[in-house]
Amino acid sequence: MMRSVGFRKAKNHLMSGVMLACTLAVLIPLGLIFFHILKMGVSSLSLDFFTHAPAPTGEPGGGMANGMLGSLIMIGGASLFGLPVGILGAIYLSEFGGSKVSTLIRFAADVLSGTPSIITGMVAYTLLVVPMKGFSGLAGSVALAMIMIPIVLRTTEEQLKMVPGSLREASLALGVPFWRTSLKVTLRSALSGVLTGVLLAVARIAGETAPLLFTALGNQFWSKNVLQPMAALPLQIFSFAIAPYEDWHRLAWAGALVLVTVMFALSLTARYFGRTGQAR
Amino acid sequence: MELEMRSCCTHETDRPDAASKRTEPAPAKKLGGDAVFRYLTTFFAFSILAILALMLYEMTGESLPAIREFGWKFVTSKEWDAVQGQFGALPYLYGSVVSSVLALLLATPLSIGAALFITEVAPGRLGSLMAPLVELLAAIPSVIYGLWGVLVMAPWLQSTVQPFLIEHFGFIPFFEGAPYGVSMLAAVFILMIMVVPIITSITREVLLAVPQSQKEAAIALGATRWETIKIAILPYGKSGILGAAILGLGRAIGETMAVTMVIGNAPNISLSLLSPAYTMPSVIANEFAETTSKLHASALMEIGLILMLVTLIVNAMARLLIWSVSRSAKGGAA
Repeated sequence: MMRSVGFRKAKNHLMSGVMLACTLAVLIPLGLIFFHILKMGVSSLSLDFFTHAPAPTGEPGGGMANGMLGSLIMIGGASLFGLPVGILGAIYLSEFGGSKVSTLIRFAADVLSGTPSIITGMVAYTLLVVPMKGFSGLAGSVALAMIMIPIVLRTTEEQLKMVPGSLREASLALGVPFWRTSLKVTLRSALSGVLTGVLLAVARIAGETAPLLFTALGNQFWSKNVLQPMAALPLQIFSFAIAPYEDWHRLAWAGALVLVTVMFALSLTARYFGRTGQAR
Repeated sequence: MELEMRSCCTHETDRPDAASKRTEPAPAKKLGGDAVFRYLTTFFAFSILAILALMLYEMTGESLPAIREFGWKFVTSKEWDAVQGQFGALPYLYGSVVSSVLALLLATPLSIGAALFITEVAPGRLGSLMAPLVELLAAIPSVIYGLWGVLVMAPWLQSTVQPFLIEHFGFIPFFEGAPYGVSMLAAVFILMIMVVPIITSITREVLLAVPQSQKEAAIALGATRWETIKIAILPYGKSGILGAAILGLGRAIGETMAVTMVIGNAPNISLSLLSPAYTMPSVIANEFAETTSKLHASALMEIGLILMLVTLIVNAMARLLIWSVSRSAKGGAA
């Protein structure tokens, strides 16, 4: 299959062009999405957006402050349930993990993180909403925690594995018990990396909508009681986007801008911590 | 949480040595601390398996009434009538399969091209700028894609793309009908836009796992960049790239919010891509909070169970394929 150099060079250029075209085809719609979020979001943002609950149907104004508060409460709750499970589970995998069982757990975590989040919502519904006879922020938190756990587990394990064994040995040689060594030496020296994973997990659940549809349900008013239906920013974006009112669409765009901004801030902070962790 | 606490206690009593150590006085304290720590971390690690098992158990248990009532008819019947108590999931299965497979067919070549461009072709700085950008995009919440889809893309499809297709290709059954905007076509497009960043970033990881020596060998033989990609990189990363695509498929099948917002939510089985359709996650999202009967809830649960089993299998397959590449890459380096 001998072909002339010219032909091969031409083909090389052609294929490079095709690959560039693919990249552009990927980036253009995404660029458009950002353009619209910025354009519509900035023009719809106002002080009211951050201080008010949605106005009743037909009335102008209002904001999504109750949704932001609800999201914060539920993310906090999810972290409360999810972080200890994820981080301590990761310590088992990196410090005690026998080969086969650990592989199974890792595999389960990977598979779990690929399970559609709406399923998590259904499970939280049967476990909490039905027995407690009502939609609640608590059920929303548990659903979000179930999404968070596998992410935190896998990222934390990777970070703990990078801590050199000599550090653990030094601590143990000084007579520090293993559990203190794990928590105060191993975990602490991997802290920035662990934080990266935590922030990424928080960013992920901050935008989750489907699992909240039938756990937290949403709330038009200020909702601070975790045993009652609770508002959440992504839920509000969803219901306002599909509603037929121009005013509500504007609120949805503003909500999207806030959500994307928060998510990017979290991702960038995570990236920053990840970098300082690696530099060490 | 309540359930976790309960199993925590049985866990302690299952192991009499742990319980006895706790009651012993000072001398055993150090040893006890380590033992407790070990049991605690073991418990949390195994809770992953417990969560997975619990999810399967709950979903199966809740689906049983529908499974008993309808049997196989559930997946072959198109009748979905909450008032009459008739539930057949075929339109949702059809919508899920068609929308995600078409989206994947469009997204995979684009993603591979983009991943190759970022890792192999783009000049160093550009590539290292674009890689994190793509990863960032993979993390955008789906409700935001849905918002854009329903307020920007669907109206655009309705006013320009769909009339064009109807006028020029209307004789093909895929493009007949009226331009609704919200449609199977809209779902395919939004899914494609959403899975492309995911497939691209995993393909990129797979490509990075291809050993440098493999590429250098091809270059040393005088291969052009494209030939290097063709003979040294793609064959090596083949199974990993396939894994990335299958993982994208799993995401597309399970995608809820964006699809619910643009697909039109009508339980049709129609060849035409322009007509509204419905998917498994969408019907759960729309109906689950307001079920009219136990059987209705159970039917939705069964759809959830099918969805979960499909994504479990798809994800397990994808992970194994991706692991096989990164593992063989590590083995080759050692």
